[in-house]
Amino acid sequence: MTETTHIPVAKRPVKWGRVMDHSILILGSLFMLVPLLMVLQTTTTTDLETIKNGPEFVIGDRFDDNFMAAMFKASGFSGENTGLRMLINSLILGIGFAIGKIVIGMMAAYALVYFRLRFATLAFWLIFTTLLLPLEVRILPSYEIAQQLGLLNTYTGLIVPLIASATATFFFRQFFRSVPEELVEAARIDGAGPVKFFIDILMPLSQTMIAAMFIIMFVYGWNQYLWPTMVTTEEGMYTLVRGIKQLTQDLEGTNIPEYGRANMLALIAILPPVLVVIIFQSWFVKGLTESDK
Amino acid sequence: MKRAGFATRWLPILLLLPQLAIIAVFFYWPAAHAVKSSFYLEDPFGFGSSFVGFDNYIHLTGSSEYGRIAKFTVLFTVLVTFFSLALALLLAVKADNVIRGAKTYRTLLMWVYAVAPPVAGFIGLLMFNQSWGPLTELAKSIGWDFKLGVNFNDTAFAMVLVSVWKQVPVNFIFFLSGLQSIPKSVREAALIDAKSSFRRFWDVTFPLLAPTGFFLLIINITYALFDTFGVVDTLVKGEPGNNPMTLVYKVYVDGFRGNDMGGSSAQSVILMVLVLALTVFQFRLVERRIHYT
Repeated sequence: MTETTHIPVAKRPVKWGRVMDHSILILGSLFMLVPLLMVLQTTTTTDLETIKNGPEFVIGDRFDDNFMAAMFKASGFSGENTGLRMLINSLILGIGFAIGKIVIGMMAAYALVYFRLRFATLAFWLIFTTLLLPLEVRILPSYEIAQQLGLLNTYTGLIVPLIASATATFFFRQFFRSVPEELVEAARIDGAGPVKFFIDILMPLSQTMIAAMFIIMFVYGWNQYLWPTMVTTEEGMYTLVRGIKQLTQDLEGTNIPEYGRANMLALIAILPPVLVVIIFQSWFVKGLTESDK
Repeated sequence: MKRAGFATRWLPILLLLPQLAIIAVFFYWPAAHAVKSSFYLEDPFGFGSSFVGFDNYIHLTGSSEYGRIAKFTVLFTVLVTFFSLALALLLAVKADNVIRGAKTYRTLLMWVYAVAPPVAGFIGLLMFNQSWGPLTELAKSIGWDFKLGVNFNDTAFAMVLVSVWKQVPVNFIFFLSGLQSIPKSVREAALIDAKSSFRRFWDVTFPLLAPTGFFLLIINITYALFDTFGVVDTLVKGEPGNNPMTLVYKVYVDGFRGNDMGGSSAQSVILMVLVLALTVFQFRLVERRIHYT
């Protein structure tokens, strides 16, 4: 990039500090990136090639074959858990979870911030106590309850129990509280009721917040592992991330492990949330750093 | 609540209802259930259960296996938290320094945020593959015969490495946004007062980042305790055996595999108390920060 300037290179003193900064950043980026590149390389070669030589610095020509195998070949007993099926299930979980969380969270936050309620404090504490305990510590009783309610192997059972925490509610409560008070007063003087105020004023104001929350929640839902592992036993209900467990077991059990197919599935499990995060980076960062303040 | 709230009676109740219903069924019920069954001994074949008081807890405190796992969990948490915070801080400070390529570095350093923990574990399995894994080869070249899943320390090393890899991006995002919110005037004043960039970092930047760092500390401890489940589960390939495991993984193994509901619930309750203490601590901090900003 120095070619475009007319100052001779020799006259510029080398800034060793800058060189150092860039070196550390490049090393850091490689630390994050190399594992993905390795997965990428193995999806372009044959399984035998990978088993014999490991990952190499060449790009093979088997990407299409591996992709087809990953998408349309099933590995279980039922023949239902193709990559395509798992991809659809992952999308349903990610999108369903994000929408559910946002709708329920916005409703509750609106009620808490904009209404005079007698039991508001009680509701507040009931809701925000859920922030204290992650699903992992109450996983077994949650499973038993899902079982009693007949929710095993259903999308409802997959999504709804995950919504039982108040992260989105907390986020929207913080945001609504930062909305100027004058807006409600003005709306009331103009004769707008609570429903009209919510739809015509608060919703348009919240657009960026909703987008940010959607990205964070989509990634969170898509990446769920423990709960889907417990609540789905039918292979047709597997998500990509839940299917990872089966992949590791498949790789263990066979003579010629299907690295091409398995790594392609891992890649398919990684790409959608990663792309969402990269494409909507600024919204995502804003949502993340503001929600936790 | 806003001072100028709406006075409608039924609407806020209607708005709160879905949230309250979901957390009642999938949060309070299972949490209460866990506390209750921690005082019972359940017949492994499902023939009823009997009240045993604190026996499950006493059994746990006396168990050398539980003690060993608790010790490992503490060590694991300390290592993961320290290394992911330190690495992220270093990278954030450097990314904040450079102008050229700043956006590219930011993207390269944060995309792993969207990778699910079990998928990260799966990639770890490939990197440490016994016959061709690049990291196994690297270890061999310095005379380290790396045996993932066989050697306790090697497996623990891989768990820490994968967990750190997965956690650096979150910390990086928060540190970078913390750095970027330091006012320009403060930086310029520091530039005049202190010549060495090292001094500037310790005397000015670091104290200003302390609130972010403290908040991240809690986030990282919670991550290492709970969210690493997927990493642990894939790296031990679902076969705990003599492999290292964390307390949350033990809850799952005892309850879901070993059918020891009472013991598993008692472990859940211990973890609940632990998280409660951590989060109450964090909440007090958060409330303070809201007041001052």
